[in-house]
Amino acid sequence: MTTGRPLTLFDKLWRSHDILEEDEDHILLWIDRHFVHEGSFHAFDKLRARQGKVARPDLTFAIADHYVPTRQRQKGAADPDVARMIDQLAENAADHRLQMFGLDDPRQGIVHVVGPEQGLTLPGLSIVCGDSHTATHGAFGALAFGIGASDVSHVLATQTLWQRRPKPMRITVEGDLADGIGAKDVILSIIARIGANGAAGHAVEYAGSTIRDLSMAGRMTLCNMTIEAGARFGMVAPDETTFAYLAVRPYAPDGSLYERAVEDWRLLTSDDGAEFDAEIALDAAEIAPIVTWGISPEDALPITGSVPTPASATSEEQGRHLELALDYMDLKPGAPLKSIAIDHVFIGSCTNARIEDLRSAASVLSGRRARVPGLVSPGSQAVKRQAEEEGLDRIFTSAGLEWVDSGCSMCVSMNGDIVPPGVRCASTTNRNFRGRQGPGARTHLMSPAMVAAAAVAGHLTDVRPMLAERGGK
Amino acid sequence: MQPFTTLSAVVVPLPMANVDTDQIIPARFMRKSRAEGYGDYLLRDVRFDEQGQPRGGIALDDTAYAGAQIMVAGRNFGGGSSREAAVYALVDFGLRCVIAPSFGDIFTNNAVKNGLLPARVDDEAARRLIAAAETQPGRSITVDLPSQTIDLDGHKLPFDVLPNHKTQLIEGRDDVDLTLRHRQEIADWVALDRARRPWALPNSQ
Repeated sequence: MTTGRPLTLFDKLWRSHDILEEDEDHILLWIDRHFVHEGSFHAFDKLRARQGKVARPDLTFAIADHYVPTRQRQKGAADPDVARMIDQLAENAADHRLQMFGLDDPRQGIVHVVGPEQGLTLPGLSIVCGDSHTATHGAFGALAFGIGASDVSHVLATQTLWQRRPKPMRITVEGDLADGIGAKDVILSIIARIGANGAAGHAVEYAGSTIRDLSMAGRMTLCNMTIEAGARFGMVAPDETTFAYLAVRPYAPDGSLYERAVEDWRLLTSDDGAEFDAEIALDAAEIAPIVTWGISPEDALPITGSVPTPASATSEEQGRHLELALDYMDLKPGAPLKSIAIDHVFIGSCTNARIEDLRSAASVLSGRRARVPGLVSPGSQAVKRQAEEEGLDRIFTSAGLEWVDSGCSMCVSMNGDIVPPGVRCASTTNRNFRGRQGPGARTHLMSPAMVAAAAVAGHLTDVRPMLAERGGK
Repeated sequence: MQPFTTLSAVVVPLPMANVDTDQIIPARFMRKSRAEGYGDYLLRDVRFDEQGQPRGGIALDDTAYAGAQIMVAGRNFGGGSSREAAVYALVDFGLRCVIAPSFGDIFTNNAVKNGLLPARVDDEAARRLIAAAETQPGRSITVDLPSQTIDLDGHKLPFDVLPNHKTQLIEGRDDVDLTLRHRQEIADWVALDRARRPWALPNSQ
């Protein structure tokens, strides 16, 4: 670097992809990896309409996840419309000679689980996908962000994207998380504090000792939900945890190229004295297990709390939101959160379906029975095999939960895995929006351990006493 | 894409915060081809119950607001999922401008790509516009993009839009054509980058 000005991690990533600048709001970025999925068909249609070709098929990977069946996969999708979505992706991938991780591929899974797992995600890369949870890959110190169909089409045609530079924001979390508390509780605490659009227009770097101590899975959970705070970019500086994770991944560099890469990746940190447009600090000791009660991820509170009352609203708009949320969720103002009975649980999604997440849920469910039905969908088929080797599948099925194949499943309910109207679901997913898990479905977001605890209790509950019974694990 | 300069049209209120893109278009409609039109699916589950009956109380379905091309909504409109289909639903319904105190970042990008103006106003202006639209159903307002103002009975309410979005909307330009004009610069950059970051390509195994 020629200037002496201290740089943020984000500055370094941005600069290393900046091809040219028309003006400060119109910067052409190079894209290192592009993931497409079934929903990307609009973008392929646009490309076809201009008789375009995919500029860099070697950097474009097609992964079936949004619409894939999770049950009886060998029979294919139950609904012909859904089956067509998967076939269409395979056809587009074949037409443009893209690498495809399709329904029958042992590497198939959710794009934000598979990319890292296969070593396609690396520090220092720019990564895009027509999916807002693409910030997940930022956990490796990558510039990763979600885009819409027009932008997907632009990347297909040019392997570049015009962007405006977001403003760097740093969220620092210091201290040790107590037993039973993890990355999901950290990110829900952040969203509750700054709001569902509190980080809009920003690129968020997560820093501090709490973040450094997180596994790659935890860091991915954190970065994944950055969009739920309004920012498209979330990132963590790469370190030994990152390098160790990548040392054994098929698409990651190996041998001397890996050594060279690690040397470069070590430089991907925010310099001392680097300036951020916004800074937020949290104390890990103050973070309790969090659940959402409403219809926006910002409607989140510690499990020890109560359902808010409309009288607590600080503005007319917030009052209206509260009423709408209480009505949709069918909750009594002031009721303790622990008194909310649930009908169903879901463990899965790009937020919380990695092996560490499944182990965490299984540690609570082991030797216990769920009082409600539920679905467990691993983040990838590789995670599924690993879990089966460890015997986690038997813990889930013995508890009475259904163990199925990998996909977006009941997080977005495009494949037919639906929470029925009026049914209340404790879910490890990322969005409690109205109708997200199915029309009329009621979603409470929380960590895998908290979902497991809710399954055992039949109502929202604090996982900590259940873990204490196991000797503080 | 149709360029956007000035628009005088009926304004329809949607006085709700956090109208995410899952609300704007529920996932189950997203497998339809765009050619079929997405307008019927706009805010489907907000407007209609499970039997397909109108829930009532939604201005979008009130004939007094027929032909509306401008919508005014609450904070954080279009947050959440990156689905561009949310913009298709708004555009296919006939809307060309959404006014709100804040928008989802991906939504604004998608909107501009489809000629839909996301106009950011302060909370007070949003309240005034919602009140005007509610008390005088079917009334028109004028949104002027070059001057970034909304004319409400002679009062000029300023709005924000990102400079690059403003240019794109006014020119109705196609990004891919613009990019392809830079083909040589891109190729030169890629050649340099190959030496700078030799590890950046996927391992071909």
